[in-house]
Amino acid sequence: MIEIDRITKTYDGVNVVDAVTMTAETGTITVIVGTSGSGKTTLLRMINRLEEPSSGEVRINGMSTRATKPHLLRRRIGYAIQGHGLFPHHTVARNIGAVPKLLNWPKDRIRTRVDELLALFSMDPAQFRDRLPAELSGGQQQRVGVARALASRPDLLLMDEPFGALDPIIRARAQDDLRRIQKALGSTIMLVTHDMEEAIRLGDRVAVMDSGRLVQHGTPAEIIARPATTFVADMVGDVERPLRLLSLIPLSEVVEDGPATGKALPVDASLRDALSSCLWTGRTAVPVERDGAVVGRVTLDAIRARAELRA
Amino acid sequence: MSPPGLLFATLGLAALSAPFMTLAANRIVAGEGVMAWAVTAPAVTLPGVAVIGAGLLLGLPSEWPRLRLAGSVLGLGGLLWLLMQGAPQLLEGAGDYARVSPAIGFWCLLVILMLLMADSLARMAPGPLARGALLAAVTGALALILWSGVLSQLSILQEYASRKAAFADAVLRHLALAFGSLATAAAIGFPLGILCHRQFRLRGTILPVLSFLQTIPSLAMFGLMIPILGWVGDRVPGAQAIGIAGIGFAPAFLALVLYSLLPVVGNTVTGLASAPPAALEAARGMGMTPRQRLLRVELPLGLPVILTGLRVVLVQNVGLAVIAGLIGGGGFGTFVFQGLNQTATDLILLGALPTVALAVASAVVMDILVELARPGSGRAR
Repeated sequence: MIEIDRITKTYDGVNVVDAVTMTAETGTITVIVGTSGSGKTTLLRMINRLEEPSSGEVRINGMSTRATKPHLLRRRIGYAIQGHGLFPHHTVARNIGAVPKLLNWPKDRIRTRVDELLALFSMDPAQFRDRLPAELSGGQQQRVGVARALASRPDLLLMDEPFGALDPIIRARAQDDLRRIQKALGSTIMLVTHDMEEAIRLGDRVAVMDSGRLVQHGTPAEIIARPATTFVADMVGDVERPLRLLSLIPLSEVVEDGPATGKALPVDASLRDALSSCLWTGRTAVPVERDGAVVGRVTLDAIRARAELRA
Repeated sequence: MSPPGLLFATLGLAALSAPFMTLAANRIVAGEGVMAWAVTAPAVTLPGVAVIGAGLLLGLPSEWPRLRLAGSVLGLGGLLWLLMQGAPQLLEGAGDYARVSPAIGFWCLLVILMLLMADSLARMAPGPLARGALLAAVTGALALILWSGVLSQLSILQEYASRKAAFADAVLRHLALAFGSLATAAAIGFPLGILCHRQFRLRGTILPVLSFLQTIPSLAMFGLMIPILGWVGDRVPGAQAIGIAGIGFAPAFLALVLYSLLPVVGNTVTGLASAPPAALEAARGMGMTPRQRLLRVELPLGLPVILTGLRVVLVQNVGLAVIAGLIGGGGFGTFVFQGLNQTATDLILLGALPTVALAVASAVVMDILVELARPGSGRAR
């Protein structure tokens, strides 16, 4: 569990981060979202003490981050940044093994871990292990950057706009990968982004920052349905809100018995996918399938009922 | 058709029609030029001249760099043949003090053929190891030619023969001056460069001072060292005992060190600053200490630039060390200045040619090191 307790950072008399308090449960993704200058990156960097808080404290699993020397603290916390920050003179394997090496892991254990992570990120170890970062595509570099941050099984992974430099298609894939890998490893992640779409897509919890303050902290559904301030509402975007809400609900929640024709959707697709399919093919209902067998249908009326404002 | 090859062939054929060797009554007076085909019997010279011409012509086709390389080697062989056949023939019956030397035609052909060799090698783009092997081969061939004695009757080697001990001493002195000052400058410059890299304000003070030192003309610098070190030698107890005096090795060495500091410190600062900011941020974020960041990220990434600085220093110092001869610092400069005083050209060459060879060899070796230091070049290990 990560507890951020009334943490403040002051530059030249201005509170860049102003008494932020929040808690992140172990094994969840918390996305900190805000415009540039909102203090979100400073907040993140105070967690691994790349910035020293002016006041307040951070506790990881109950232990204050002040109790350890900064460089020793950082070896226990993964850190991935925009533009990956890979060492250009080290191979992929040496990059990924950087933190284990700092922690003096034996060589064969590092090698096993590197191969394990490459496989986890769908990169063939034999093919990629000995390449230099310059010999990888942008998406591959980014994956190696995240793999490096995860290498020592850190208590916590901090990510600062990790997908910012990727094109939309690669970014969507990287987000799916991160979700999958986080579930597989049970990692605790704090991720900073300016993109509300990304926050809703990835976050178990979303924290919205504005001018150094934490203005709302809740599940994506809460953020969309009940924005705490007009700033949050603006970030979510009025026009997009019903669609964003639908994108969070899987078909399994509203599937019902009854007939429907046409192409079926899997149960883990979202209501947004179902709505899109209805509109595009002119149907009022779509069949839902699980493992290839039709288990029911989702109607346009049911979708509409879930998309309306729930106060 | 290779344009440089055409130029080399034209110039080379023109140089063939200039005097190839000179015969002088003694080592001081100006000699009389002898054409390449006249240095000895035509049956011996004409094949030599033909071989040189053929070598130049082989340099023409641009698509076969190996053929052009072979042409340059063939041409150089022709030059050697004419020299070793011509020297004893010309000296015969010319008197005890007569001297025979290569003349303008020989030197021009030598330069042209070496340019042809360099041009063809540049096209073949050999790797660092191949370049090292090439340097060793050329050095070996040169050593073999000199050791075999086939050229011993040339005037420059006559000068050498009468100064064997002094020459060996000069070699050691010159190497000590050039490499010793390099090592000292590196020992002072690296820490200074790292300090400048860490502290921005220090950089603003130190680099301009070092730039200023660099602008002092070398003769003036050596001259300035005389009163300064003379004073130190007189006043500081024990200084004279370790060789510190106004003239000699110490002032020359100190001047070279001062000249070397700017390239070493400047390139260290530039090299350390060349690490990508994102990589440094990541290094800090993953828990590297400042020392680990320096040793594992900044230094390896900056090494090519830092070594380039050392290359500049080494080549510069090999050349500048000649001037040390002027203030009694020893080295090849001794022969250059003796030769200037006696108007004995071959004595000047005895100092100048080894200096050039040493500078070229140093440059090649340092280039190889710079290339090996680049990221990814060592992955074949």
